[in-house]
Amino acid sequence: MNAFFSFAVTFATLCVGMAMLLAAVRLFRGPSAQDRVLAFDAFYINGMLILLMQAIRTRSPAYFDIALLIALFGFVGTFALARFLLRREVIEP
Amino acid sequence: MTAFDLPAWAAIPAGLLLMFGGLLVVIGSFGLLRMPNFYARMHPPTMGTTLGTGCVLIASMLVSSAVAGRPVLHELLITLFVVMTTPVSAITLMAAAIARTARRAPDG
Repeated sequence: MNAFFSFAVTFATLCVGMAMLLAAVRLFRGPSAQDRVLAFDAFYINGMLILLMQAIRTRSPAYFDIALLIALFGFVGTFALARFLLRREVIEP
Repeated sequence: MTAFDLPAWAAIPAGLLLMFGGLLVVIGSFGLLRMPNFYARMHPPTMGTTLGTGCVLIASMLVSSAVAGRPVLHELLITLFVVMTTPVSAITLMAAAIARTARRAPDG
């Protein structure tokens, strides 16, 4: 039982790590700026998922606050970048 | 792995949900790499960010509830936040892409 569960956690972590790698390739290669922002969005969500899988593996509750902070600041970063691409300034005067 | 053995009612669904969520996330990022243009690239990662994140968070809730011996629900906070913020950034990014395309080719 526990062997199956630890295999599942390792498999999911490897999958999300590969997804992070693919998003990083799109982040470096993306032809336009909005492609890079989209790849950054997928990238931080995948990083948050890897952190949650570490929380499951070590059974420690300390990772959830970090995951919540990553979700918060990642959203702020993506929104600021998209806003800048839309209006050429983040906060309108 | 650890001193505590998970009971079967938590280990089997959590393991299946984790594997399903990981597969969804990697398929979504593969689509992000392979799709031909930007508007097609918007679609695949949302599969990972909604259903994949939901699966992983439900698995995490199961495991931490089994470890603590009582229902632990504070992963719902992350779920709520991700579900609320993903459409906002997607809409803003899409509007930015449309505005940038119009700025580059005014008659196109």
